[in-house]
Amino acid sequence: MKCLVTGGNVKVLGKAVHSLSRIGDELYLEPLEDGLSLRTVNSSRSAYACFLFAPLFFQQYQAAIPGQDLLRCKILMKSFLSVFRSLAMLEKTVEKCCISLNGQSSRLVVQLYCKFGVRKTHNLSFQDCESLQAVCDPASCPHMLRAPARVLGEAVLPFPPTLAEVTLGIGRGHRVILRSYHEEEADSTVKAMVTEVCLGEEDFQQLQAQEGAAITFCLKEFRGLLSFAESANLNLSIHFDAPGRPAIFTIKDSLLDGHFVLATLSETDSYSQDLGSLERQRPVPQLQAHSTPHPDDFTNDDIDSYMIAMETTIGNEGSRVLPSISLSPGPQPPQSPGLRSEEEDDAEPSTVPGTPPPKKVGAEGEGEGGGGGGVGKGAASRTHLFLPVPLAVLRLHPGPRRLPAGPQPCAG
Amino acid sequence: MKFRAKIVDGACLNHFTRISNMIAKLAKTCTLRISPDKLNFILCDKLANGGVSMWCELEQENFFSEFQMEGLSAENNEIYLELTSENLSRALKTAHNARALKIKLTNKHFPCLTVSVELFSMSSSSRIATHDIPIKVIPRKLWKDLQEPMVPDPDVSIYLPVLKTMKSVVEKMKNISSHLIIEANLDGELNLKIETELVRVTTHFKDLGNPPLASESTSQDRNPGHMAEVHIDIRKLLQFLAGQQVNPTKALCNIVTNKMVHFDLLHEDVSLQYFIPALS
Repeated sequence: MKCLVTGGNVKVLGKAVHSLSRIGDELYLEPLEDGLSLRTVNSSRSAYACFLFAPLFFQQYQAAIPGQDLLRCKILMKSFLSVFRSLAMLEKTVEKCCISLNGQSSRLVVQLYCKFGVRKTHNLSFQDCESLQAVCDPASCPHMLRAPARVLGEAVLPFPPTLAEVTLGIGRGHRVILRSYHEEEADSTVKAMVTEVCLGEEDFQQLQAQEGAAITFCLKEFRGLLSFAESANLNLSIHFDAPGRPAIFTIKDSLLDGHFVLATLSETDSYSQDLGSLERQRPVPQLQAHSTPHPDDFTNDDIDSYMIAMETTIGNEGSRVLPSISLSPGPQPPQSPGLRSEEEDDAEPSTVPGTPPPKKVGAEGEGEGGGGGGVGKGAASRTHLFLPVPLAVLRLHPGPRRLPAGPQPCAG
Repeated sequence: MKFRAKIVDGACLNHFTRISNMIAKLAKTCTLRISPDKLNFILCDKLANGGVSMWCELEQENFFSEFQMEGLSAENNEIYLELTSENLSRALKTAHNARALKIKLTNKHFPCLTVSVELFSMSSSSRIATHDIPIKVIPRKLWKDLQEPMVPDPDVSIYLPVLKTMKSVVEKMKNISSHLIIEANLDGELNLKIETELVRVTTHFKDLGNPPLASESTSQDRNPGHMAEVHIDIRKLLQFLAGQQVNPTKALCNIVTNKMVHFDLLHEDVSLQYFIPALS
């Protein structure tokens, strides 16, 4: 493999690497026919990120020496990032960047051709690896929204930089709401400040989502893609499904494609990302009216009254969930899609206050036939209520258990 | 108890934001006192604060276009809330260039002060950011500890030099000693001194001017060149100076020999009093 990046694209590549470094510690580099893919996954397998650079992005792109198989490798993110650490330096002094992977040598060679004839060569050791692939199909997600990255960037500005998770949902009047999510601590005397941002439908180029749909995902990981998209002035699309199902964040340009797949909190009890849940200790989702707010002109007090409507429409993750923290992929029973009925809600078991809801990513692939939006009914989440440690499970095709049929680009 | 207030003027909003930034730098947790005419940010001299106390007062009608409050009862028409100052300043940070800011006391899932910021947006619908700041309502029986501190008769009262200069001097001194001596006289001279075994460093500020003294008799007895001094913890002074991002309209320092130093500042129409006790 050999590719040459020149001019402003070097900085774009550097920014993409910075973005990926927010997610995982290892970078999977795979030259494909349709471009160079850089992928990573986080240690708990709850986040996957992939950038695909089209051949046109490069001045020269050779995926493989003819006759040889396509090589792919896994490098330490820290090492690769150190080459592109200073974006300012990249912009000012680097004229060309050449990345080559030779089957014979056991090194990935990155060369930076800088001003004044300076050439920096980095020889990075790598490991062979299987293809890292998250089977993610944005088309199967019933809800999507798209906006310029700048709008989303401005929307997350009010949130503290240390905030881990955020809930994104659709409120009444198709307003998009982002709210900080804090896991309930049983004995917390110091409560955290709750911040909420409300955007109108007009801020979005496309908004195709049901009122009441909401997901909670890791904001820190999202910021990685967001900052890249903002600097490249691209539109960012968010495809999501029921809570617990992975959310897919994409950006697209003629020269590159970015895909981030993040796990979302599944709704096992009422103190999940339900935008309407205020009484966190109650086991049954709220169907009774909240106390009427004072009549005043605070626009987002509107939230109080439509929360009830939302609770009945948020889907339940259902029995698609894996039985434990194990990473073993298991067979998934096909789900009959259907709206969760209200009687099922009442049958929810009481939750253990203080148990953080396990973060799960629902299965992809088998049994769904692409109709991933099926909303299951209540039950299997019960098995997880008493497990102490939430561990997200993002099922990938890591190799041995499932044979990848050659490199498969992420659909969509 | 009810509280609702609204700011629509951009300048007032920025000023209020600056005040809350200052408070956040001066005190991690403070008490907000709401009364019909004023808002106060209070830090009382508990052990936890190292004996430092603060009293900041602003007239509500200089800031809010709408202000409604209903205190604990008709006789005690005040509200005392404890909050983390940084939360308020962070919430107000988003209000830069906002169309309107609303603050109200709410009880969502815990008692909080809800700050709602209406931002300008390109589209017709407004963009709103809401922050729910958790608060603790302070019961009536603790109110007596949170009253305006008595300002004792100072031995010397003097105008302060440019605070930024003072801050950079004190910052450098902090590396040498944690024990600082402030002394001033009625001739407009102020000295900051530190002493260690090896070195003694003094910074002299001259021609600062003294405000007219309250009682004439004191000025006749005292030799104007005589320095009144107090030993304080340098970090407390530094914390105070670090909070002053903008140079105040008026800045006064009152020294009670070996007891305390009292700073009396005016930021436009907001008064700030800060008391640092002497080291025992």
